[in-house]
Amino acid sequence: MQLTRREVLALSVGATVFGVAGLRAGGAVAAPEDVKKLMMEFAGGEPKTGRIALTVPEIAENGNSVPVSFAVESPMTDKDYVSSVMLYADGNPVPTVASFTFTPMSGKAVATTRMRLAKTQNVIVVAKMSDGSSFTDTKQVKVTIGGCGG
Amino acid sequence: MSETKPRIKVPETAAAGEVVTIKTLMSHIMESGQRKDKDGNVIPRKIINKFTCEFNGKPVFACNLEGGISANPYMEFTAKVTESGTFKFAWVDDDGTVTTAEQAIAVK
Repeated sequence: MQLTRREVLALSVGATVFGVAGLRAGGAVAAPEDVKKLMMEFAGGEPKTGRIALTVPEIAENGNSVPVSFAVESPMTDKDYVSSVMLYADGNPVPTVASFTFTPMSGKAVATTRMRLAKTQNVIVVAKMSDGSSFTDTKQVKVTIGGCGG
Repeated sequence: MSETKPRIKVPETAAAGEVVTIKTLMSHIMESGQRKDKDGNVIPRKIINKFTCEFNGKPVFACNLEGGISANPYMEFTAKVTESGTFKFAWVDDDGTVTTAEQAIAVK
């Protein structure tokens, strides 16, 4: 098989992209303003701070698996409970990471999972209560090795 | 790695009204749809996009997941147990496959 100069160039660029900057080539990275917009849409206004606590490591050595947990203060009764929680990462190619739905049968509005972080960025949680009010918390995570590239 | 097998940790017994912690770990590649293969083609997204837990047929906890969740998705949450019964778990794959599991709990 004969390769033209152009094809060779394209291949090597492709290999570099895969090895080094797979993430950046993967599409536009979300801007913090986009997350703000998503957050406002979900909360139906500006969420207040307090009542929800986000726990993430200050420094994540491996962005492929970063433990994240949150806890919302709520009695979790039929009349007053947390209906849903959104988890965002404002520097990821897809800023929405997960959404959680709770019911009074959850007992507590807490959850722990593991997420991918592409680079050092803010992790944001927003909780929506059954009465329509919403609360948020933000923490920055320093990422040593990004978790989205090849 | 197409075979998916969940691991679940639920206490065997609980007091009535107790809030128990449930831990689940699903074995899944969670291909984010952001990576490219060596020819520069995007590897299509293949993730668990939804996880649900119900107790005796009533919803307890659910979440919608995106590519930003790590491979082998781990989920820890709580449930208030008022009677003996069975927890039912379901993981929904992008390709439509649903993996289910059950775990019983007895109220002392």
